[in-house]
Amino acid sequence: MSSSKNTSSQLRVGDKPWVKWLLIGLTLFLTAILLVVPLISIFQQAFVEGIAHYFSSLLEADTLHAIGLTLLVAALTVPINLVFGVMLAWAVTRFEFPGRKLLMTLMDIPFAVSPVVAGLLYLLLYGNNGWIGSWLYDHDIQLMFAWPGIVMVTIFVTCPFVARELIPLMQQQGREDEEAAVILGASGWQLFRRVTLPNIKWALIYGVILTNARAVGEFGAVSVVSGNIRGETNTLPLLVQAQYEDYQAAAAFASASLLAMLALLTLLLKAFIEWRLERSIKLESDKEKKTTA
Amino acid sequence: MSILIENISKKFGHFQALSPLSLDINEGEMIGLLGPSGSGKTTLLRIIAGLEGADTGRIQFGDRDVTNLHVRDRRVGFVFQNYALFRHMTVADNVAFGLEVLPRKERPSPTEIKTRVMHLLEMVQLEHLATRFPSQLSGGQKQRIALARALATQPEVLLLDEPFGALDAKVRKELRRWLRGLHDELGFTSVFVTHDQEEALELSDRVVVMSNGHIEQIDQPGALYASPNSRFVFDFLGNANVFDGKMNNGRWHNQQANIVLPNGAEQKDGQLYIRSHEFFVSKEPTTQANLPLRLIAINPIGAEVRLELTPIDWQSNDVWEIDLPHKAFDKNCFEKGQTLYVTPKAGYFFAHDAQQPVLLNWETNRV
Repeated sequence: MSSSKNTSSQLRVGDKPWVKWLLIGLTLFLTAILLVVPLISIFQQAFVEGIAHYFSSLLEADTLHAIGLTLLVAALTVPINLVFGVMLAWAVTRFEFPGRKLLMTLMDIPFAVSPVVAGLLYLLLYGNNGWIGSWLYDHDIQLMFAWPGIVMVTIFVTCPFVARELIPLMQQQGREDEEAAVILGASGWQLFRRVTLPNIKWALIYGVILTNARAVGEFGAVSVVSGNIRGETNTLPLLVQAQYEDYQAAAAFASASLLAMLALLTLLLKAFIEWRLERSIKLESDKEKKTTA
Repeated sequence: MSILIENISKKFGHFQALSPLSLDINEGEMIGLLGPSGSGKTTLLRIIAGLEGADTGRIQFGDRDVTNLHVRDRRVGFVFQNYALFRHMTVADNVAFGLEVLPRKERPSPTEIKTRVMHLLEMVQLEHLATRFPSQLSGGQKQRIALARALATQPEVLLLDEPFGALDAKVRKELRRWLRGLHDELGFTSVFVTHDQEEALELSDRVVVMSNGHIEQIDQPGALYASPNSRFVFDFLGNANVFDGKMNNGRWHNQQANIVLPNGAEQKDGQLYIRSHEFFVSKEPTTQANLPLRLIAINPIGAEVRLELTPIDWQSNDVWEIDLPHKAFDKNCFEKGQTLYVTPKAGYFFAHDAQQPVLLNWETNRV
């Protein structure tokens, strides 16, 4: 994935210069109209009625509540999926058990299924007339159309991210390091904290960033289970839509700009971590080359 | 500490990795487990360490039954083929690991850990690398650090899995000698796995030859070389040429080739194993043997010249290899493509229905 630096000066056999420039030009053009222009227009639309209006719409009670709820959802989802993802990756890479392959396939269901379907499933199961939901209703526990339901579907939708990042790395690293640590007398916790965790650190952080980005931005599943009660169960993405439907375009774009900024921040972090990951791999392989040479 | 292995067996799914086998290892002994890949030698080593559980049998360290003891509590030193150094820790931290994870009551103070680590690094002659990371070390250096790390907790049993497998020939030889010295000095009991016969013969007090999950032979290196007890051991210890002969009229025949039976040989069909240096080479057949071969390659290797030959008008599965001293070679001025005749001086005969070989010697014929 790292582009080597000399490709621009070397043409592959059969490629003519005009093919190269046409492809590059087309790609840049499409990137501009598909990605860059919309992104810029979000900010442009957000500020169309002035900076004062921008901030006042962000400081509205409903908006502040939506920001708070969104942060709460992320704050609960990320640690839960962090722990779950590490457990899952550990289980499928370190143990042999019947159903291991099946588990690895099942793990990807949240990616494969439309979030709306996920939301509906939760609604059917935990809603007041649902299978588990009616029992919960009898005990006065309300999950759907309230923040716990939003957290639940968000956990569902984001659960593969951490495990997906960890599994290939842990498979590649193998269990020798861990065997060495146990033979040296390390307890289970010492083994995890002092050997496993440092080895998977960057992949884990990367998984967390992806989980967080998705948790903050999830719309479909959340929209089904939230009930769209303004000031109560609206997260930021839901609020953007609600405001837009109320003809509050500037306010909608102001809220959207927050999400966009969060996305940019995530991308920056992601780029930084990829750079770290690549650098550490490159350093290692360089040194290996040197030592074996 | 002595190690007692009794009726240990292991299956992976349907694959019988180890058939029930027993082995007695004396205190302070150095044992080499020698065998081709898939022979079960690494599985046996991992069972001794506790990294794998055995399906049947018992393991004892000294008087202590460790069969059901967790790896962590067996307190053995283990050196992995690929070193398994912790890549995010410095060399010193790697070596200190075993001391730092000790329960608080047994753990030495930080300053003592530091002195012990420095002492271990001095022992492996790498104290100047204490602050480096594993990725900055050469293969031989990594292996020494892995050894220092394994010895940090002063285990009485040291287990090594193909310890020199990934190193080049020169470093391997140097490390081998150094490990032997360390073993003699510190007096631990060691078991190492190898597929290199030279390594096993040079390093071990006793060699355990394994194939297909069985122990084929346990012997001291000299005895093993002098009296291999099966075709497998003979093949595996290498450099033997095989003559497949049918007995007829006092000679073993193979198409156009034949060898006279020496005094006292069984009058049976079978295979004759002859080591590469047990030959007399000439340009004409001798009264004792008519084995025509074409010389296809001449390789001077150290003190000897190795000739590679293919049979002419008779059958053999492999190219024959014959080692001659330089003097004998220079005197004869053999050339590539030439037809040569070889005469065995000594060999081992496996009668077709026998498991054990008979040592044969033609020299006695002449007297």
